[in-house]
Amino acid sequence: MRFMSLGIDIGSTTVKLALLDENNNIIYKYYGRHFSKVRQKTTELIEELAPMLSGKEFRVAVTGSAGLGVARSAGLSFVQEVYAAQTAIETFLDGIDVVVELGGEDAKIIFLTGGFEERMNGTCAGGTGAFIDQMASLMSLSIEELDSLSFKHEKIYNIASRCGVFAKSDIQPLLNQGARKEDIAASIYQAIVNQTIAGLAQGRRIAGRVAFLGGPLSFQMGLRERFVETLKLSPENAVFPEDARYYIAIGAALCAYEKDSLTYDSLLESLKKAQTSQNTIGSLPVLFESREAYDEFVERHNKVDAEREDLETYTGDAYLGVDAGSTTTKLALITPDGKILYSYYGANLGEPIKIVKYALSEIYELSKGRVKIRGSASTGYGEELIRNAFCLDSGIVETVAHFFAAKHFNPNVDFILDIGGQDIKCFHIRNGAVDSIMLNEACSSGCGSFIETLAGSLGYSVEDFAKLSLFAKHPVNLGSRCTVFMNSSVKQAQKDGSTIEDISAGIAVSVIKNAIYKVIRAKSTDELGKNIVVQGGTFMNDAVLRSFELETGKQVTRPAIAGLMGAYGAAMYAFSLKLEKSGVLSPEGLAGFSHKSKPTSCGLCPNRCKLTVNTFSHAGKFISGNRCERPLGGKSSDELPNAYDFKLKLLAGYKPVPGRLGKIGLPMGLNMFENLPFWHTLLTELGFEVVRSGISTHETYIKGQYSIPSDTVCYPAKLMHGHIEELVESGVETIFYPCMTYNFKECDADNNYNCPVVAYYPELLKANMYSLSEIRFLFPYFAPHIRKTFTQKAMRFFHLEFCLKPFDVRRAIDKAYLEYAAYREKIREFGRKSIEFALEHSMNMIVLAGRPYHVDPEINHGIDRLIASLGFPVLSEDCVSDLAVHKKARVLNQWTYHTRLYNAAEYVKTRPDMQLVQLISFGCGIDAITSDEVREILESGGKFYTQIKIDEINNLGATKIRLRSLKAAMETDKAR
Amino acid sequence: MDKKFDKNGRLLFTKQMKQDYLILMPMMLPIHFSFMQKILTKHGYKVELLKTNHPQIVNEGLQSVHNDTCYPALLVIGQLIDAVKSGKYDKEKIALFMSQTGGGCRASNYIFLLRRALKRHGLEDIPVVSFSISNMEKNPGFKLTVPMMMQFVNAILYGDMLMLLSNQTRPYELNPGETDALIQKWYDRLLKNVSFRDFYWTSKVNLNLREMAKDFADIAQSRRKCVQVGIVGEIYIKYAPLGNNNLEAFLQSEGVEVTVPGLLDFVLYMADNPINDSSYYGFSRAKAILWQQLKTYLEKRQNELIAAVKTQPKFRSPSTFGHLKSLVRSCLSPGVKMGEGWLLTAEMLELIDSGVPNIVCTQPFGCLPNHIVGKGMMRLVKDLNPGANIVAIDYDPGATKINQENRIKLMLANAVKNLENKEPEKQPGSEDFASTTNSKGRH
Repeated sequence: MRFMSLGIDIGSTTVKLALLDENNNIIYKYYGRHFSKVRQKTTELIEELAPMLSGKEFRVAVTGSAGLGVARSAGLSFVQEVYAAQTAIETFLDGIDVVVELGGEDAKIIFLTGGFEERMNGTCAGGTGAFIDQMASLMSLSIEELDSLSFKHEKIYNIASRCGVFAKSDIQPLLNQGARKEDIAASIYQAIVNQTIAGLAQGRRIAGRVAFLGGPLSFQMGLRERFVETLKLSPENAVFPEDARYYIAIGAALCAYEKDSLTYDSLLESLKKAQTSQNTIGSLPVLFESREAYDEFVERHNKVDAEREDLETYTGDAYLGVDAGSTTTKLALITPDGKILYSYYGANLGEPIKIVKYALSEIYELSKGRVKIRGSASTGYGEELIRNAFCLDSGIVETVAHFFAAKHFNPNVDFILDIGGQDIKCFHIRNGAVDSIMLNEACSSGCGSFIETLAGSLGYSVEDFAKLSLFAKHPVNLGSRCTVFMNSSVKQAQKDGSTIEDISAGIAVSVIKNAIYKVIRAKSTDELGKNIVVQGGTFMNDAVLRSFELETGKQVTRPAIAGLMGAYGAAMYAFSLKLEKSGVLSPEGLAGFSHKSKPTSCGLCPNRCKLTVNTFSHAGKFISGNRCERPLGGKSSDELPNAYDFKLKLLAGYKPVPGRLGKIGLPMGLNMFENLPFWHTLLTELGFEVVRSGISTHETYIKGQYSIPSDTVCYPAKLMHGHIEELVESGVETIFYPCMTYNFKECDADNNYNCPVVAYYPELLKANMYSLSEIRFLFPYFAPHIRKTFTQKAMRFFHLEFCLKPFDVRRAIDKAYLEYAAYREKIREFGRKSIEFALEHSMNMIVLAGRPYHVDPEINHGIDRLIASLGFPVLSEDCVSDLAVHKKARVLNQWTYHTRLYNAAEYVKTRPDMQLVQLISFGCGIDAITSDEVREILESGGKFYTQIKIDEINNLGATKIRLRSLKAAMETDKAR
Repeated sequence: MDKKFDKNGRLLFTKQMKQDYLILMPMMLPIHFSFMQKILTKHGYKVELLKTNHPQIVNEGLQSVHNDTCYPALLVIGQLIDAVKSGKYDKEKIALFMSQTGGGCRASNYIFLLRRALKRHGLEDIPVVSFSISNMEKNPGFKLTVPMMMQFVNAILYGDMLMLLSNQTRPYELNPGETDALIQKWYDRLLKNVSFRDFYWTSKVNLNLREMAKDFADIAQSRRKCVQVGIVGEIYIKYAPLGNNNLEAFLQSEGVEVTVPGLLDFVLYMADNPINDSSYYGFSRAKAILWQQLKTYLEKRQNELIAAVKTQPKFRSPSTFGHLKSLVRSCLSPGVKMGEGWLLTAEMLELIDSGVPNIVCTQPFGCLPNHIVGKGMMRLVKDLNPGANIVAIDYDPGATKINQENRIKLMLANAVKNLENKEPEKQPGSEDFASTTNSKGRH
């Protein structure tokens, strides 16, 4: 016989209930947040159901990501949530082809027709409900506001869609640069759509009748709109069921029909029993043993503070520093001897200009003309914007600002660690200069704003959340990885029944472990130095500070103005400028100040930077988002030698020549950037018209993203899909893209492999791109480093495929080898000339070391231009690698491109006027090995090691900090 | 004692050290590696197989190698460093084993990462001994001799056989624990004195294999139908419980019959690559002939194992290496030879082909070869086999068990449904399904 049936869906943030009667009619439903009190909340909800269920027999099934633990400890049956969703769809809706379901932290796709398939997001994929929450709080909007704003967008920005943290580091600078909130809101939604297509569908088109489920999609109309528009769905094909957010619970209830029935009392009893079961596995030492220990700790740190002076009574000179950080804006006004007259610390709410205007007018009001501002400087992400808006005297890179400030509190400081809202910065001080700067890679910025958002999602303010942790009894071990992973660790802890206190303490420890082991990559805490100064807003959290001391076993200096250090340092710097009078906006100027921002695109080069034009009422104009000086109309940095530009132009010179064998397509990516001269010559000589796909743009990526099967592969590989699409669209009937296990050999290497991805990507393209089955796709296995056997194999291949005469093939091969050698020689020649040029003009040079395909402007995001705009000639690794005196690497030196890296590093070591910056594609596993080796080579020669991780992400804020810090360090170095 | 170095400054494992030093060996496959340890002992080495399995290993790994290094390296190095630091061993008198596979994958660099990690901990005086069939780094005190290799092959045969038989028996046993007791029995019997006969005489080995098959077949079994799940993936994560969060145990607790392809296939694949290189790129023919001899020998032994399984009709026997290689051509070329290379795809196809459509594909987060041969081939494998039910699981220090288990459970839910659909009708449901789908596979 049939009974009533109850489905309980416990997700990462919400609980959903659905009660069905004997005939599948929904008689009760509930949706609400559980604030991480999973078991308690569930029990309460069931208790509320007493009038309906008490005394009756019914069936129950639990589902959802946090439901597994509950079901297990309560002894209830569990249904996997995707399976539940599928059951509900099949029962209640007709003719659905695809189901898209977004939850709090999961994203799922079910393909019902055309080959049944289900997908869930992997471990590295944030674009879900929690991500929207995070972004909304970043912009200090409610979800509803975000939603309604999104409808008024004029343009969409590229926001990295792979993982929440990436997106965040894209959005933050946009906010700081004054982009419109409407546009950002829509861009956030678009990022989620792109993530769903690229990360989840992985090679399958979402088409036909699509049903959308889950919380975010049932509340947020803007998100719906983005999906419908991007997937090009007609109204009847986009199905938004009325009960979308209950669907999984309903599905669980449907699945429960097969389970044993139980009574209300027994259900309640087993849930209550589950509530008491605690799991303390994986717990960490407590932060404070006792109240006394805490008091002693607080007292010790309170001693380190800057002196204050009352602005309302002070008369004399003052210096202003502004730190426009990623999430907060800070101001400090100091006296010549470093006393603080006025300070401001607050969230910038996406509008740093407003905040600075407010604080500055407060300063003028309080000082009533008694104070003369004699210098002003800004720092931080919004440095240039603020500087231009308020006519400040100077700007300073934030690392140097922090050093200025730290020196004031501890003159012997040798290590500074700053954990701010979005980034972790740390560096050593050697001989009075900033050295070995380490910034968090965009993938692990689980810092201040992470704690803030997480606290918010659990229903606490940051301060209260931090306080909870101090006396936690069993801090949970949450691991030391990026935010997304931490989120799921928190989920697991919730499942295990950890208390909020334990989770809060665990997060404090995580942030520290992340900083020490992931960012600084310290092997032992002794490496950090003897006199450590910690700062940044996140260290105002006592739990974080305490766990740093516990982890390092050292007592460190945390100035009480830890959050203000950037602004304080900028003010000190302003003081050091020794100006007569600051140009900062006067009280009158400030009163009439207003500001407008407008988005636009630059069309001057293929990077097509999305610019934001800020217009200020005092006739000032500031353009942000640019990579180079060109859109500013200023002088071009093109005059300096730039090897990346040179190589790109050289490759562009290989043009199609009409031939008797017709067109053959070459995709312009990965190793084609190295081997194009070879293949182009070979094929042209044979009589083909060689058609290359164009230089990559973001559109290239979008075009091919639906067929990318692995979302963690590097960006250069992902772009290949777009290049193939482009070639197929252009109408070529044959595409040639050989599989190359081996590349050309560099001297002194152990071997000459390509990396597995470069070597075999053609196989993957063939298996995943249906468009390739419509044309002739040739991907022979070639190894051109052994000329004799390659020639034999190529002769056979071209004879079989095209009936070409072996003799002709041999002749073409000879030319190809010559051309390739000539191409390499041209690059080396360029290197030598550039070095001469730099010597002539006594300039420092930077070797931007990466892979051949890093020449692609869509991959390097114009970093080469950025370096040139700082006044350095840019060389590439293959310009100089032959100049090195070869040394045996300490690792297995078996990849062609990496051999060049080692050699280039060896050469840079020998030159006082050269530094190396290593470009690393996110997801490049081999660079985990090369980066350590390159670092060791450089440091053994007393060089700085600067690493820049690049991905789809296209904002250069963090990169600029690194490069400018490097420049500052080089200048200090030179001065010494 | 005098330390000796080679011309690149690498610390060598000397003949004297062979006498005095205890070599620590990281764990991968418990049964296989126990046999190997005994064999090494028999040949005069003092070897200890590390059985540690606690969270500190991960921490030790995180502190010793670059955090983006693949998870297996992190675990193996973590396990070794953890053992060295445990205080159980005399640091002056130990050496470490590290496998070196060669090829274009990051794994070839593990040994260098281990040395670097040792240096960071101030332990660079501990010699690291490369364990590689292609003899990549030579040491005067350690050499894989032909008799040793032959014994290893037999150890692998026994290990693969015990793994295969027990996996097919355990879910059905009527008296819980009987299967594991039988493994223990064989284990004790073979390990007691690692005799020349048991590990050298081919005819004796074959007899033992047949006897094993019979012993397992004799275990009283129920007739219930279990969902069958195959595990493929990166070699360490696939096999080592430390790497895959006890995946096999988890699946067994869900009432699943687990199938794990044997280690012998991987050895065959390693032997096959140089032969391929010769035909693909024209590398040394002479070398290829040597490898061909090894391959032929191994294939013969594999055939004997299969024959032994076939003596008991109730067991599903594995496919030959040749069959695997012929299957894979529908998806990719056997020229893909980095990491697990084409073998991984072949194992998926073989599982599906032999009636195990449910597969967990395990890999370390960001594994380079698996972008191509694992995740990269799933689309095509599913197109060619519409009944395939594959889930890819990433492992790394930050991945949580709950996320992994949730995804596996989804795969299991579908597996159960497919099994139920298949039961009532006589013809396989998957074929039925295939006819309604517009397969877009390449043909």
